[in-house]
Amino acid sequence: MYARSLGGKTRVLGAGGAANKRLRGVGFMLGQSVARIGVVASLAMATAMAVVLAAPAQAKTLKWASQGDLNSADQYMRNQTLSLSIMSHVYEGLIRRDPKTLAIEPALAERWEIAEPTRWRFYLRKGVKFHDGRPFTADDVVFSAQRALGKGSDLKGRLPANVVVKKVDDYTVDFITEKPNPILHYEWTTWGIYSKGWAIDNKATEVADPSKGDAPNAATTQANGTGPFKLVSREADVKTVFAVNNDWWGKDKYKHNVTEVIFRPITSAPTRVAALLSGEIDFMEPVPVQDIDRINKNKGTKVVTAPETRIVFFGFDHEHKELLHSSVKGKNPFKDVRVRQAFLQAIDIEAIKTKVMRNLALPSAMMVAKGFEGWDVAFKRLPHNPEAAKKLLADAGYPNGFEVQLDCPNDRYVNDEAICQAVVGMLQRAGVKINLVTKTNTVLFGEYQKFETSFYMLGWAPGSYDSWNPLEFLHRSVPVDKDGKSKPGGTFNYGRYGNPKVDALIDQIGQETDKKKRDQLLHDAWKTTIDDVAYIPLHQQMIAWGSRDSIAKLEPHAGNELLWYHVMMK
Amino acid sequence: MSLLARALDSDIWHSFRSSKTTILAAAVTAALVVAALLAPWISPQNPWDPGALQLIDAFNPPAWAPEGSWRFVLGTDDQGRDLLSAIFYGLRVSLTVGFLAVLFAMIVGIALGMFAGYAGGATETVIMRLADVQLTFPTILIALMIDGVTRALLPGEAHDRLAVLVLVFSIGVSNWVHYARTVRASTLVEKRKEYVQAARVIGLHPVIIMVRHVLPNVMGPVLVIATVGLAVAILTEATLSFLGVGVPGTQPSLGTLIRIGNNFLFSGEWWIVIFPGIALAMLVLAVNLLGDWLRDALNPKLR
Repeated sequence: MYARSLGGKTRVLGAGGAANKRLRGVGFMLGQSVARIGVVASLAMATAMAVVLAAPAQAKTLKWASQGDLNSADQYMRNQTLSLSIMSHVYEGLIRRDPKTLAIEPALAERWEIAEPTRWRFYLRKGVKFHDGRPFTADDVVFSAQRALGKGSDLKGRLPANVVVKKVDDYTVDFITEKPNPILHYEWTTWGIYSKGWAIDNKATEVADPSKGDAPNAATTQANGTGPFKLVSREADVKTVFAVNNDWWGKDKYKHNVTEVIFRPITSAPTRVAALLSGEIDFMEPVPVQDIDRINKNKGTKVVTAPETRIVFFGFDHEHKELLHSSVKGKNPFKDVRVRQAFLQAIDIEAIKTKVMRNLALPSAMMVAKGFEGWDVAFKRLPHNPEAAKKLLADAGYPNGFEVQLDCPNDRYVNDEAICQAVVGMLQRAGVKINLVTKTNTVLFGEYQKFETSFYMLGWAPGSYDSWNPLEFLHRSVPVDKDGKSKPGGTFNYGRYGNPKVDALIDQIGQETDKKKRDQLLHDAWKTTIDDVAYIPLHQQMIAWGSRDSIAKLEPHAGNELLWYHVMMK
Repeated sequence: MSLLARALDSDIWHSFRSSKTTILAAAVTAALVVAALLAPWISPQNPWDPGALQLIDAFNPPAWAPEGSWRFVLGTDDQGRDLLSAIFYGLRVSLTVGFLAVLFAMIVGIALGMFAGYAGGATETVIMRLADVQLTFPTILIALMIDGVTRALLPGEAHDRLAVLVLVFSIGVSNWVHYARTVRASTLVEKRKEYVQAARVIGLHPVIIMVRHVLPNVMGPVLVIATVGLAVAILTEATLSFLGVGVPGTQPSLGTLIRIGNNFLFSGEWWIVIFPGIALAMLVLAVNLLGDWLRDALNPKLR
């Protein structure tokens, strides 16, 4: 039995770089007998050689960089696009989406049906193996649902409230929901399935979030999924290496020729540009808006731009009786809609678009991108008007403004820090003094989750391409008990906006199957939240992907995910 | 003879007058210090007041370039900040941090060095081995570590308010060793001399001996190290700000300006990085030249 599973393992090792290290680990785990280790080693070498002989295809390494690091090798730790999309190559969901059409395709589930309005049945793919050789079965799906809803997980929103996940047989799973849910599986692309056996053996059944003081566990730095790539090694903030999984079930369907992927975070924009120009990396994102011309003019490099589904916005603390970081004592100025509207009207979004974003942004009146279900051209942004802003502040009782801290990531969105600095000036002219605090997103987003921010920047790109997601996660009121167990929702509503009317509409939208009625409900919900100035949407940023001609083909993706199994290298 | 006449008659003044480079370096340093001191009055704009910046003025080239305007002589950065004003204000940060860090390092270094040299024995071993250990770490690494720790301990807002002091502390702590080693060596020599023996014989307290008698005689080399150290401290501050761990972004120092400009090196907005870079280079070079001259002037072997 273990000879077979070892065969599987050593083959990866032959392809990957850390062969010796891993081998020693395997030998050690297996036991004390030196002879046994010897056998294992020679077996390993034989298999490795066999693979090398059998596979004439050359090694193709895809080296790429982004401005920040993935938050953890544990896909459930942070609901953040970069981390989710990189780890989705290791941990596959029951479904996946085509990068071009965004249509839902089967992945680990071969097919599914709505048996009853509240019961979905998923038929799982047979013969799929995890990277360590364990077979994939219904138990793993049930376990992954528990893990995603369990302690430390940031993916609680992937499953509806009080869902019951039931194993019917080894390859059939039922999802029983309280209420009908027509979009149950919309975001399962980034809910990867973990191996139950592996998680138990490695004591990684719960999600550890080191940014909140948890001790890291095996899943923080290692991974064992079913996907097209295996995690070889991870050094936080330095590099993460992946090797192709030659046993992947989907290799005939998705043609690519990448055998190894090296991902590095390069925070400094000019360094990232230089790395691309010099050929040190094959791909990078985001390209700084000011350098697009330079990269396009350079021989052998080019930039692809397209609107991204992400909306970048500012959020307020609607909840605390007194803001945690402000000069106003005894009350919370953001509870007054006039103050929120004043902030909105103080921001000159056109200046940000032309000067900071160099026209590579689409200013938005809504918290969803153009083209989403629920997006409506009828919603217009309130005009930039510093005088009106001053008057609103005076009416609200702050004729001399006040002081508040703005939290802003400096390595997550295109020109995030520059946008925040510009906004500091704009608000200053309306009388509000902003203390700007900028941090790396890996730290800052952990603070957001503790509801410790008064005024903050965030971006949101729903994996579902539908309005329900931003309504549910950013606009639903947060249940009173802090862990959110009794009633999920409002998970990323870091400022705890709440309006019972909106909550009721969100409930209805979640169940409505009639398109016309649903559209009306969406319109009502957006109207209410926009009138409330729940958030200040800024713009839809553009994806700007820079690549070298070492890449023959890649698929731009509106969700800004680089899918390696669609990449052809020269 | 009056003090001034004595000073004008001294060897140091003579050597100063006979070196054109030194006179030029002193003039440049003086001009930059004056510019920094008078920044609020001579700057066309207050670059630290976000409310005074107009985003629409961003990326203006210098006045003599085709699209430049005399409103912004050296052009503007990505936030519409007038670069000339930003450089004046940036010099303030650089010089303040530089002077205070040197002062801090000097006080700590002299105190520990003299104590080690005078006391000898186990005290000396502990202090000087500690210094040796610290010397094995690069200055910038220690400064980064201290900055990182304070950043973790202090909430964001407080850290920004105390940014200058944190910088002074982290740069000062990483530099005290040089002073301590020099002072200890000089103290070892001085303490065997007759005047110290005499002071000891009449029963003076060791602290008084150290401060009144030893200190004035070990200050020569310390002044040289301090001048060169000022240049190093200014550069360290610029490096830290360039790495984004120095002063807050809304109050840019020269290093911060260079970091901002660095983002636009590939895209043709060269002035954002070049002018602060020239200012920094001029300041550091001038201070270094002064330090060199001071070393030669105070070295009895070269007289």
